[in-house]
Amino acid sequence: MAKTIKKQQFDIMKHKLVPLHEIATEEEIKELLEKFKITPDQLPKILNTDPVPISIGAQPGQIIKVIRKSQTAKEAVAYRLVVESDK
Amino acid sequence: MERSRSITKKIGSISFSLLAPSEIRKMSATKVITADTYDDDGFPIAMGLMDPRLGVIEPGLRCKTCGLRVGKDKCPGHFGHIDLAMPVIHVGLVKSIRDCLRSTCRECGRILLTDKRREEYLEELSKYKREGRDNTYHLKQIIKECVKSEKCTRCDREVGKIELDKPTSLRENGKKLTPSEIREWLEKIPEEDLPLLDINKESARPEWMVLTVLPVPPVTVRPSVTLETGERSEDDLTHKLVDVIRINQRLQENRDAGAPQLIVEDLWELLQYHITTYLDNQTSGIPPARHRSGRPLKTLAQRLKGKEGRFRSNLSGKRVNFSARTVISPDPNLSINEIGVPISIARELTVPVKVTSHNIDWCKQMIKQKISSSNKSDEYRPSVNYVIRQTEGMKQRIKVTERNAEEVADKLELGTIIERQLMNGDLALFNRQPSLHRMSMMAHRVKVVPHKTFRFNLSVCPPYNADFDGDEMNLHLLQGEEAQAEAEILMKVQENILSPRFGGAIIGGIHDHISGCFLLTHKDRRVTMDDASHILAAVKYEGKTTKVEVENGKKYVTGKEIFSALLPDDLNLEYKAKTCLNCEVCTAPKCPNDAYVIIKKGVLLQGTIDENSIGAFKGKALDRIIRDHGMDAGREFIDNVTRMGIASITLIGFTTSIDDEDIPDEAKRQIEEGLQKAMKKISGLVKAYENDELESLPGRSLEETLEMEIMRVTGRARDMAGEIAGKHLGLNNSAVIMAKSGARGSMLNLSQMSGCVGQQAVRGERIHRGYQYRTLPHFKKGDLGAQAKGFVASCYKTGLNPTEYFFHSMGGREGLVDTAVRTSRSGYMQRRLINALEDVKVENDGTVRHSGGQIIQFMYGEDGVDPARSTNGAAVDVNRIITDIKEGI
Repeated sequence: MAKTIKKQQFDIMKHKLVPLHEIATEEEIKELLEKFKITPDQLPKILNTDPVPISIGAQPGQIIKVIRKSQTAKEAVAYRLVVESDK
Repeated sequence: MERSRSITKKIGSISFSLLAPSEIRKMSATKVITADTYDDDGFPIAMGLMDPRLGVIEPGLRCKTCGLRVGKDKCPGHFGHIDLAMPVIHVGLVKSIRDCLRSTCRECGRILLTDKRREEYLEELSKYKREGRDNTYHLKQIIKECVKSEKCTRCDREVGKIELDKPTSLRENGKKLTPSEIREWLEKIPEEDLPLLDINKESARPEWMVLTVLPVPPVTVRPSVTLETGERSEDDLTHKLVDVIRINQRLQENRDAGAPQLIVEDLWELLQYHITTYLDNQTSGIPPARHRSGRPLKTLAQRLKGKEGRFRSNLSGKRVNFSARTVISPDPNLSINEIGVPISIARELTVPVKVTSHNIDWCKQMIKQKISSSNKSDEYRPSVNYVIRQTEGMKQRIKVTERNAEEVADKLELGTIIERQLMNGDLALFNRQPSLHRMSMMAHRVKVVPHKTFRFNLSVCPPYNADFDGDEMNLHLLQGEEAQAEAEILMKVQENILSPRFGGAIIGGIHDHISGCFLLTHKDRRVTMDDASHILAAVKYEGKTTKVEVENGKKYVTGKEIFSALLPDDLNLEYKAKTCLNCEVCTAPKCPNDAYVIIKKGVLLQGTIDENSIGAFKGKALDRIIRDHGMDAGREFIDNVTRMGIASITLIGFTTSIDDEDIPDEAKRQIEEGLQKAMKKISGLVKAYENDELESLPGRSLEETLEMEIMRVTGRARDMAGEIAGKHLGLNNSAVIMAKSGARGSMLNLSQMSGCVGQQAVRGERIHRGYQYRTLPHFKKGDLGAQAKGFVASCYKTGLNPTEYFFHSMGGREGLVDTAVRTSRSGYMQRRLINALEDVKVENDGTVRHSGGQIIQFMYGEDGVDPARSTNGAAVDVNRIITDIKEGI
């Protein structure tokens, strides 16, 4: 029951408060898991019903790479695991 | 310590379930039928609430079930049971009972779903269980769907509407269901439908939610206490159980005797009430059961719940040994990392010391040390309170008294542990509640002092938020070398000078320290050689002789020269002092007010030392010394600055009194004139408003515009008064010195004292509530003028007139209420935050994770910088590096 984005009034990804989200590649994931010595379930989560995964078409099990502007570090990279919503 | 090498294990799962009636009977040591506890001779009655088979509380007696005593072998106590004459609803489970009744058929007990839907739901639930996901949403959905159905699909019975009549009765279509009926209904629910009702069929049956037998907790859970008068006083639980048994008995007798239905029902209801209050005495909808004295009973739920409950009071928090608490008072002669401990406390608190071949003589001598009753700290000699001898795993604790001291000392063996009294230099943790940040608990070095209060340096007041109006503080002694080492590295006061909140010092000179340094260093202050020696002796100065000026055969030393003695030789700094007036054209480095500080090679060339040099939060010199020379140097600097400040202020002399607020008549007249002008302006505004001539500001109504304009005028009037007053209060005025140097108070405080107090406000508006159309009966109705709405034109010194005083009190009251509300609210907010974040920490790889290994942040603070070691949040202070290179250092 994957929700797909229909025609929206406004592309939320273009809003200035929404940081850059992209689906992480296999390589990136491998590197990430090795760097922090973790399994994907230790990552912060994001629901697949959240507007961002819908809008970039991320499926449960995929990892989203978020590149934020940061006050302290100019640019901060975070990763979030897409999980299926209960509803 | 024996446990240090034990294996740590992770709890796999905890499951809570219902107690089966059969289980209750099986674990029961005896049936309880008698409501009485003891007979006339004081022996417990068999099959009563204090039956010896339920365990024993008096030492020496043997339990009749297990044969163990209270003391060493420890009888844990045993449950009993009460057979209830009629079933009773369990208060804690009424909601589950309601849901069960709502989603099943009364006739056949099956779930009110079609077979197809039932299968679908079962599958969904088992899928979620397999994946370990939360299924509450689906369980709620099932109940919702069942409530909607009108007829049972299996037996065609109409579905009744089940309502919960709080707290413990249920109705079907408005007709009350008795607990017996409910129990019969629940019994009918088949096992295969239970998962849909969120019941684990392996461990529970729904009818167990209706009680037929009540477990009686062991006596060890509800011990009775014997008062001094020999009277026995029973625990609240016992009292409640007595009620339950009594009513249960009456119900049984009445029912067996065939009493009228009405009487039986009444008794049944009463039994329900007693059991409900036995489980939870704060159930809403029923009056709490009370003790004879009128105090509500503390029953099962009350024992566990809330701040005084078992979890928060006994499991999360515990009382500790080796701690002390007393009133605090100041001692400017102690270092900031010292704490003065009264002799009487030092004699009571101990530190364990292991006897080795290196210290055995010292230990022996200490044991023999006679305790002098002298109240002088230099006559204090630590002695030993206990000697703990370990022979073949048996621990023997010997109290050292005057009589056995010699003997114990002579028999002292290697490996024994002695509990030594406190002595100077011991490390102890010092704490003031509420412990809002980590600086609320710091390690200090003990210094034994006479009298009865804890003493510490005044500079350490801010981190603890302590004052000396009766505050008490706690002291904890570290009992092991490992703990002492850890505290030494992490918790000592000097390690906490820099706050992790913003990376600046939170310990620094305060009040008189700042005034003293200001007086000493302002402009061309110089003191005679004699006085200079006094000040330098206070900081134990041992260095090159200072520059001496000779005039008329007398020797003088400048204040700046004296202060330079505290500065390290490689200190180079330039900054604006607190006294800086922010002139429009800054003439620095040649400031006429001596408000531009220049320090070169550790010599104060010009500028005044004030809050911006040595104060907490702002002290630039202090900050630089800590960064360049480390925490210990910082500690020493603060110690010396405080001593020098106190020495100079005592030498120069400093007094503030009511005449510091005196201003010349000319100034008074000016203020008066200014206020009158403001009044005229306000009445002009009011007139304009009344004549509809006022132009409203964008987005405001006419009334709001008027208020804003008036507020502006009154605000300006107060500033004007302050300015005029300030002009006449110069730096020869002590109150002004304190305000300008940042020691205490502000120019606003002074202008309120000698100029004009200004507009009083409640909720940010002029005062407008009180009587109809006016604030007080002293004014005309509808008066919008300044005086009628809370403008105080007087100053504190001349005094307020009655209406002004009343308005001022209104404003003051709001301030008090605000602080009271704010502290309680922010306290609860902090509690919730701490509970959510307590196990979050920074790992070695820079990530922030909680105890489960979940990543919260991929890099601490996104840049991995410790704020306590940063300069204004940045890891590297680029400006500093540039100036250093430019200066060629």
